[in-house]
Amino acid sequence: MKLIIAMIQPHKLPDVKKALFEADVHKMTVTNALGCGQQRGFSETYRGVITEVNLLKKVRLEIAVNEEFVEPTIKAIIRGAKTGNIGDGKIFVTTLDECIRIRTGEKGSAAIG
Amino acid sequence: MINAGDTAFVLLSAGLVMLMTPGLAFFYGGMVRRKNILGVLMQCFTALCVITLQWVFFGYSLSFAPGTGFWGGLQWLGLNGVGLEPNADYAGTIPHQAFMIYQAMFAIITPALIIGAFAERMKFSAFLVFSILWATLVYNPVCHWVWGVGGWLRNLGVLDFAGGIVVHINAGIAALVTALVIGKRKNFGHHPIPPHNLPFTALGTGLLWFGWFGFNAGSALAANGLAVNAFVVTQIAAAAGGLSWAFIEWYLNGKPTIFGTVSGAVAGLATITPAAGFVGPIPAVVIGLFASVFCYIAVAYIKPKLGYDDSLDAFGVHCIGGIFGSLAVGFFASKAINPAGADGLFFGNAHQLKIQAIGVLATAAYSFIATFIIYKVIDAVIGVRVSEKEESLGLDLAQHREGAYTVLE
Amino acid sequence: MKLIIAIIQPDKLEDVKDELYHADVNLITVSEVMGHGRQKGVTEVYRGAKEMGNLLRKIRLEIAVNEEFVESTIKAIVKGAKTGETGDGKIFILDLAECVRIRTEERGTIAIG
Repeated sequence: MKLIIAMIQPHKLPDVKKALFEADVHKMTVTNALGCGQQRGFSETYRGVITEVNLLKKVRLEIAVNEEFVEPTIKAIIRGAKTGNIGDGKIFVTTLDECIRIRTGEKGSAAIG
Repeated sequence: MINAGDTAFVLLSAGLVMLMTPGLAFFYGGMVRRKNILGVLMQCFTALCVITLQWVFFGYSLSFAPGTGFWGGLQWLGLNGVGLEPNADYAGTIPHQAFMIYQAMFAIITPALIIGAFAERMKFSAFLVFSILWATLVYNPVCHWVWGVGGWLRNLGVLDFAGGIVVHINAGIAALVTALVIGKRKNFGHHPIPPHNLPFTALGTGLLWFGWFGFNAGSALAANGLAVNAFVVTQIAAAAGGLSWAFIEWYLNGKPTIFGTVSGAVAGLATITPAAGFVGPIPAVVIGLFASVFCYIAVAYIKPKLGYDDSLDAFGVHCIGGIFGSLAVGFFASKAINPAGADGLFFGNAHQLKIQAIGVLATAAYSFIATFIIYKVIDAVIGVRVSEKEESLGLDLAQHREGAYTVLE
Repeated sequence: MKLIIAIIQPDKLEDVKDELYHADVNLITVSEVMGHGRQKGVTEVYRGAKEMGNLLRKIRLEIAVNEEFVESTIKAIVKGAKTGETGDGKIFILDLAECVRIRTEERGTIAIG
């Protein structure tokens, strides 16, 4: 089992969701986040006083999947989120030691799907 | 003789000016970090409650009852003798109580303006004591000097139509003093402290702008041509101020901002206040345009250079605006607009400019010294500033045990 | 590759960011969370009704790094966030199985930097 965490551009969320649904990945958690990578921040001005802002708005996806879904999920996220510009985001894959469905108490890969 | 139209107009204006304090609460509330917005709202609404009672018990008497050149007498304590008959000294066509409650709204918003200077770090208990003492020892005397019968600045011939000196300079100087003595917010200058909800600030500006018609036009105390003049120039100066600030930013920083535009509108409004009953429409345009120029310089250049933390620019916008407006009266005032006023420098009377300068300096000096003493006394007795830990947690939770926004749900 | 997750005090975010930049760690994701450990929350009172507000506002940082950056990242977070009081926060370190840069589809350690 793997936990896939992806940081994407907020305006690409609908595309990524659509791509994931097409890849039969229906379960995810989405949160608002701030982040910075190679994409440089920008400066904001408040009453004439300039302020550097280096954290930009991002959307964070968390998706827990069984091994055979790892590659299709990664491909789907790339398909939905890629524009070729800096700031497209990143996908992290971590191993997931355990997964439990709260309602039934099922564990492991049965609980994920 | 009570005039129904005048009475209706002044009562309505009093309602409009009352709305300015909640408007100010949102104007300021949007500028602080979200852990402190309730602290700001609480201070504004508390001023609304506390100063109303202070005004009724003794504030009105100290401000407007016949007395010495410095203070009003005590004969109107508890509104004794302030009835429904007109008082010819102030407004001959409306009940005396209508004048009293209209003036009460001015007494409320003035200490509320100072909140911008010490936002995000003052104890609520200290604020409570400060606002009562400041209203009594600073607002009431200065109000009497300029507007009360027998007040020494009034006798001198100082013109302040709707409170540029009494309200904006007075509160603005007090703001500078409190910002200096309470010290900077933790991390100020080290990290940016951006406003948390600029839509609230824009909403607050809308309420302030709306209420300002009551503030300025209502100061005619009658539904007459003078009130119309004040109404018209108020709108013009606010518009010129907002546009001017936006263009300054556009030119200097590359983009016009909503925060700048609303700040400019408020600067224009504060600046036209003392002049609203003495100048015509075209001088109002000039006043509005330059209001933003001066306030922008104060906020964007002078404040960072001197390093004081006037957190929400109560001094930079209100005091600078009030000073410029009060001096502008000395330039632009015309008897053609208001026969009860005087001519300014541009209409051949240089003397008026000198009188206006005396009014500005005397008020600024008194407010500076008196505010400093009041602050130091309160600090010695109960302490003014919250602890560092409470400042990190935010005033909402630390001082009021409630939160403005939930993170979850 | 490791994924470092840190929970810190909200008003320490700017300090931690500064320290991370000094340590040459430029890629972070920030989100707002609620949490509590040993630090007690503040009881809130709404129109007389008490509510045990034992969850406090916290900031969550996620930083994906290659092995050689793990220690310096931890040190930077501690340096920026430590006050010595309860509530300073915690740092978790997870193994990262895969990392994909969406724009280029690069994978592994070169995708992280």
